[in-house]
Order: sequence, then C-alpha cells, then structure tokens
Amino acid sequence: MIVRSLLLGISMLSLTVFVAQAEQKQEIEIVYFTQEKIAPPALSNLDPFIKDKGELGAELAIDDNNTTGQFTGQLYKLNKIIVPIDGDVAQEFNDKIAGKFSFVVANLPVDDLLKIIDANQPEQTLIFDTGTTDDSLRQRCGADVLHILPSRAMRADALAQYLLKKRWTKWFLVTGASDEDKLFAAAIKRSAKRFGMNIVAEKAWDHTYDARRTAQSDVPVFTQGVDYDILIVADEQGLFGEYLDYRTWIPRPVVGTQGLIATSWHRTHEQWGAVQIQNRFKEQKGRWMEEADYGAYLAIRAVGEAATRTQSSQLNDIKPYLLSDKLTLQGYKGRPLSFRIWNGQLRQPLLLAAPRSLVAVAPIEGFLHPKTELDTLGYDQPETKCK
Amino acid sequence: MKNILWTLALCAAVTAQAETVYVTLEKDNALAVVDPIAGKLTKTVPVGQRPRGIAISPDNKFLYIATSDDDTIKIIDAETLEEVGRLPSGEDPETFAVSPDGSLMFVSNEDDSQVTVIDVQERKAIKEIKVGVEPEGIAASPNGRWVISASETTNMLHWIDTESLAIVDNTLVDPRPRALSFTADSKFVWATSEMAGTLTILDAETRQIIKNIKLEVPGVTFDKIQPVGVAIDKDNRWGYVALGPANRVAVINAKTYEVEKFLLVGERVWNLAFSPDQKRLYTTNGVSNDISIIDLASHKVTKSVGVGRYPWGVVAKP
Repeated sequence: MIVRSLLLGISMLSLTVFVAQAEQKQEIEIVYFTQEKIAPPALSNLDPFIKDKGELGAELAIDDNNTTGQFTGQLYKLNKIIVPIDGDVAQEFNDKIAGKFSFVVANLPVDDLLKIIDANQPEQTLIFDTGTTDDSLRQRCGADVLHILPSRAMRADALAQYLLKKRWTKWFLVTGASDEDKLFAAAIKRSAKRFGMNIVAEKAWDHTYDARRTAQSDVPVFTQGVDYDILIVADEQGLFGEYLDYRTWIPRPVVGTQGLIATSWHRTHEQWGAVQIQNRFKEQKGRWMEEADYGAYLAIRAVGEAATRTQSSQLNDIKPYLLSDKLTLQGYKGRPLSFRIWNGQLRQPLLLAAPRSLVAVAPIEGFLHPKTELDTLGYDQPETKCK
Repeated sequence: MKNILWTLALCAAVTAQAETVYVTLEKDNALAVVDPIAGKLTKTVPVGQRPRGIAISPDNKFLYIATSDDDTIKIIDAETLEEVGRLPSGEDPETFAVSPDGSLMFVSNEDDSQVTVIDVQERKAIKEIKVGVEPEGIAASPNGRWVISASETTNMLHWIDTESLAIVDNTLVDPRPRALSFTADSKFVWATSEMAGTLTILDAETRQIIKNIKLEVPGVTFDKIQPVGVAIDKDNRWGYVALGPANRVAVINAKTYEVEKFLLVGERVWNLAFSPDQKRLYTTNGVSNDISIIDLASHKVTKSVGVGRYPWGVVAKP
C-alpha cells in the first residue's frame, strides 16, 4: 500500500504535485449543453450531416483532463444535457442547470445563447460559448460569457491580412440571402476598410428556383463585367458558394465561407502537435475533428488547465485564473491562447485553409501589435466601448 | 619529401578529426549524413516513414531511429547504414531515451499517453508506464537513477524510478514541456516549456524547482519564443536552448543561470547535439531545412549545411 498524501509545494512559478488520495479527489463537473439539430439542406452528399459536432470534442477533453487529474487528484465529469428538437432551451437551462453547476459549455445558436445568458447568474455559473461567431454578442462588455470560436470579424481580418500580403486588393463580394450571410458580409466590409482594400463590386445571390438556370450558365453571367482580384463569398450555410469556383467569367479564386476559409480548426492542420490530436480524435471517434469539436475541447481544457494550476474545483478560483495573464492555454496552434478580458473572446491564431491544403496561419507575419499580434484579428480593445 | 610528410601529417590530422553527424529528415523519410568538419552533406539514405528521434548506442556502433509512421524504432548499423533490427516501440514513437549502459530504452508513445520500456538486447517491450497526455521529452540520468518523461498537454514531468520502473513523483511545470536534459553529474535537470517560453531547472535530489527562467529576445514577441531542445556541456559550464520560431539558440551560464547570448541559427530550430569532443553544437532547423554548426569556444555560428526536408533529430559519432 503506497502512502499517499496531497501536498502542495509551491516553488517559483510552478507547483509540485504529489499523487493525491483517490477517495479525496476533487470533482469538477462540466455540463455540455446543446439542442438536437435536424439535417439542413445541403448541396451534395459529400459531407455527411454530423449530429454530434462538439459533443465528441467535449468527451476527448474530459479524457485528457482526467489523464492529468490522476496525478493532481482531480476528477472531471461530463454531464451532457441535450434538448430535444421541440424542447425549450431556456426552460431546460432554468430547470436543470441554473444554480446547480459552475461550468457550462453551450453549443447553441445566438438566440438561444442570449436567453440562457439572461437567465444566468454569472457568480454561480460560467458559460463557455462554443456555438456562435456573432460579433454583437462580443460587444456585450465584460467576461460573464467566454467565447471560444473566432468571431466573424476575426475571420474576415485573417483573410484580409492574407489577401493584402498577396496584394489581391480588389474584392468582389457575393452575399447570400440569410441574416448570417449579411453579418459575414458586414465583417468583410469592415476588414476591407481596416486594411485599405477596395470592394469593387457587390452582389446579392438570390436563390431562384428555376430549373433552367444552372450553376454552369448562371455564375459566368453573374460575375461578368467586373474587373477584380478575388471573389469573396458570404454563404455560411453552404447553399451556393461551392458553385462559384471554376465557373466565374474571368479566372479568379474564391475565398470567404467557401474556397479559402478562415477557421479555428481544420483537418489539413498538422503543425505544432496538431497531428497528435487529429490522430487521437480520429482513432477514438471515427471521424475528423470539426471546428465545433475543437471549440468544446478548448473550453473544457481551459477549465482543466485552470483547475490544475489553482488546485481548485471552485468557480471563484478558476474564473479569475482564466481571465488572468497567467493562462497560457495550449491549442495546437503554435502560440499560447488566452482570453480578451474586455469581452471574453479567446484570442487565437486562425487557419486559412483550402479543402485539402493549409495555406497560411493568421496573424500573418508583418501585422504588428503592441501587445500581441493575435489582437490584430477582430475588434481590439480600443475599438470597443469595453474597459 | 617534405611535401609527402606534410601530406601525411595532414591526413593524420583529418583522420583524428573525423566525425559523422546524422540527421533525421521527417518529410523526406530519410537520414542525412553530414561531415561537419568539411561542412558537407555526404549522403542521404532512406530510413523509413517519418523518422524523428535519433540516438546512438554507448559503443557508437548502432543508431536508433524512431520511424513514427512505421510504429517502430529501427536499429541501423552506424557504418553501413543498413537496418539490422527493429524495436517494439509501441505506436507512433517520436522521442526516446537510452539508459547509460545501453540496456534499456524508454519510448514516449504520444497517442497512448504512456512510456514503453524496451530491453534492447532482447528487443522486447518489458513494461508500459501510464503518464500524462502526449508525453514527448524524455531523458535518462547519467547515473542511471531516473528517467523523466514530460507530458505536453498535462504539463508535468513524471519521475520514473529505474529500479521499480514506476512513477514516484510528478512535477507540474509551465505549459507544453518539450525537452529535458540532465547535467553530466546527474544533479540538475533542465526542462523547456514551449508555450510559456521558459526554462525550468530542478534539483534532481529534492525533485524541486530551483529556477525558472523566462527567455526573452529583444525585438521578438513573447509568443514566438518557444524553447524546445536543450543541451548542457559535460563540465556544466554552458547550457544551450533552441528557441523554435525565434530562430535562435540561447547560451546560458550553467552556474549563474544568466542568459549570456543568443545565436541566430536557421528557421524553427528544434533539436541540439554536441560533437563528441564538445567543441561544436549542431542544431536542426525544421523550416529552413538545414543544420547550423556552432563553434563553442567562440560561441559563433560557423556554418549551415542544407540537409533535406524537416530536419528533426541530430546525433554525432566520433
């Protein structure tokens, strides 16, 4: 029988941790909260609809936290609460989560997320938003919600930095019909202004359901008569963007929501140890790690990192650590990740990925910032009303 | 006559200095062989899928090369460069350490969060030790007492007792520990943390951290300073730390722990190896596809030699 005791030897900046007594493990329960989805319309059957995007990333993170927990005497539990398609998200939050759990990973659309933010007591529960890219949500000042995924503005800035580096400065912007497409287009316009780009043409793609019109005949006409360097598409649902490449009137590449995209995770990413987590995920879960999985993974790993460093399971210790400059979260992207304290956005590099090739990683070399180059992406503190 | 004598003397001098440097090329699936005195790539031989970690047996006869995508560690004759055997490393071997007497090998299995212990003579795995998430750096103490495995995502050093082959202690260090090295007298351990940009020095007797050095390079933003490989000379005078995308090697006084100098080398400098006489240090530069040769008397980079794609590990043989 090995004599075990929980001792903390604090020396310098780090802690020496001894193996903790099994029966005295600190328990840290994290809720993964989402709603069932119905398969949206798709252009093709190439990419099957994935039901558990996000959920499997959360599972992997809990496993990783527990591998560390065996040495720190901490036990992490994942509590999945999945609202049925016809269920009421706010109701479920109030009934099952509010006041009961300290950490909630919410993979929800903007409207539902806003409802649970309104219902939440921030001193009782910390919400990690792993479902939205909405900039207006991030304009709510303070860090009562931590946003893991890069906002649309961050994505647009990442693309703009690369396009500026390539000197592809004349942009043709094509926007889909949905509200989300319009928000993405707005982010592109903001970046164009920020980096001195020229939007030479702007058109709306209106879906007409006339079978005589095909992509082959439609797109050349649609893109005719404009001289531009690059076609930027805003089609978040993927309803027409894939039709543009190779069908434009003049030969020009496509970027935006299709073609070259800016994302926090992509299957082409292998650097900085990423190949390790890609392999682990694929082997255990049987599919590629998606961006939503990466978001949930990072949220839960952030809790784990803070719990390891503070040797605490309490929100009162973990939240201040997450928002301090001590947090150096490892995200397989070559730079330490941390939160912007003025709005709770995770600062991180963005991958500029083509379907089968990683083209660049933003911030692009040369875009400088007095504090960290990561803050060249998205709204920087002086651009917000937040303190 | 005088000329002939000269020539003979010259030959003798060259022979006395003969040295071979071996570099694994992760993307070329090959081993580069370099003559460091001439500063030339002499040959490149195929060695297996995704070769990374490399070491030489204590008698300098065999190279051990982790061919990660072949899931094995190959034993290569250092003279003929022929494969003479394979070791059951477990999946995706990357880094490993050989015990000072050459009998045991300790392999990090990143995907399985474990260290595999191999009996080199028998070519058999004798134990699997569970460690933290993504074990990477691993080092054996020269006195044979310890093997330390560093797990990148758990952020710990796991102290493995070489008698019992079990973990007896764990030390939490700064984020993403990458590589570690013992001093020649086995008294101290130097461990690098890639994400925090720090070097941690531990007392191997008490297993406590005695110093944490934040590596800062003037004109380079903090998040590009990513310490990886570390090497300390046998007299314990100087330690060297490769700083990854900062493209520099830090020269650290091993007595005062002051950073004395930064040497500009190739891009994304990863791993380091001394020449057998410790007059030179070799660095693998993953992005610029070359190795840098550093003269240690003057602390100056004297040459860079192009070797192939993604040079990863390096080792020198007299």
